[in-house]
Amino acid sequence: MNAMMETFFIYAGITLLLMMAPVFYRIMVGPTAIDRIVAVNVIGTKTAVLLIIIGTLFENVAMFVDFALAYALLNFIGSLAAARYFNKTRPAYGAGASGEGEIN
Amino acid sequence: MVPVHRGKGKLTEMVIDILSILLILAGLLFFLGAVVGIVRFPDFYTRMHAAGKGDTLSTMLITGAMALQVFHHFDWAHWTEIFVVVKIMAIGILIMLTSPTSTHALMQAGYDDGIEPVTRPAKKGIASLDGGDELLPVPGAEMPEEAEE
Repeated sequence: MNAMMETFFIYAGITLLLMMAPVFYRIMVGPTAIDRIVAVNVIGTKTAVLLIIIGTLFENVAMFVDFALAYALLNFIGSLAAARYFNKTRPAYGAGASGEGEIN
Repeated sequence: MVPVHRGKGKLTEMVIDILSILLILAGLLFFLGAVVGIVRFPDFYTRMHAAGKGDTLSTMLITGAMALQVFHHFDWAHWTEIFVVVKIMAIGILIMLTSPTSTHALMQAGYDDGIEPVTRPAKKGIASLDGGDELLPVPGAEMPEEAEE
């Protein structure tokens, strides 16, 4: 990997990280609980991608790609579990969904 | 990693680098679209739409670019590194399969919870969601007053 690609990967990772910040806004102010779960799902997916970029920068992709694979799998399982949990068990606009009550 | 001569020319490396730069830039562009949609869209369902599509495509593009980079630096002296390429492509294919699935499951959960879609009175010449009797019934949700007129 030459120096140009290394610089490009660094800036691509920083851009990816900076673009995650507006998604945190949706996690904070999301009017429903499922909005927050969707935003967490997006951030988890992008974290898996960011792990591959970090592994390429450290010249140790063989280790970081396993982290990314496990992270993507856990992200999917967690979002499916949240979907099953919020399906007909919790009101969308109720206590805990407005961000003022207790979490979940 | 010891740099060894692999018999690949400078032109091939330049083409691979430019191709992966273009793929990553396209992925960042699609992720920017997804982020703008998640922050700015007015509705739960429209935000879900932006998150599901843009996130999936940008992830596939960036993982494709990284797999291309790793595969270019592959040589047969360390042949087990081919599994790294396979695993990076497996992440892309996995997210291609699981992200629409989780989007569908979460949207079904929100629909069953009675989150109403955004409705707006029809302006002149602009199609609107509440086209008279064609409104989809949303369980547990109240229609806004404009829809009854």
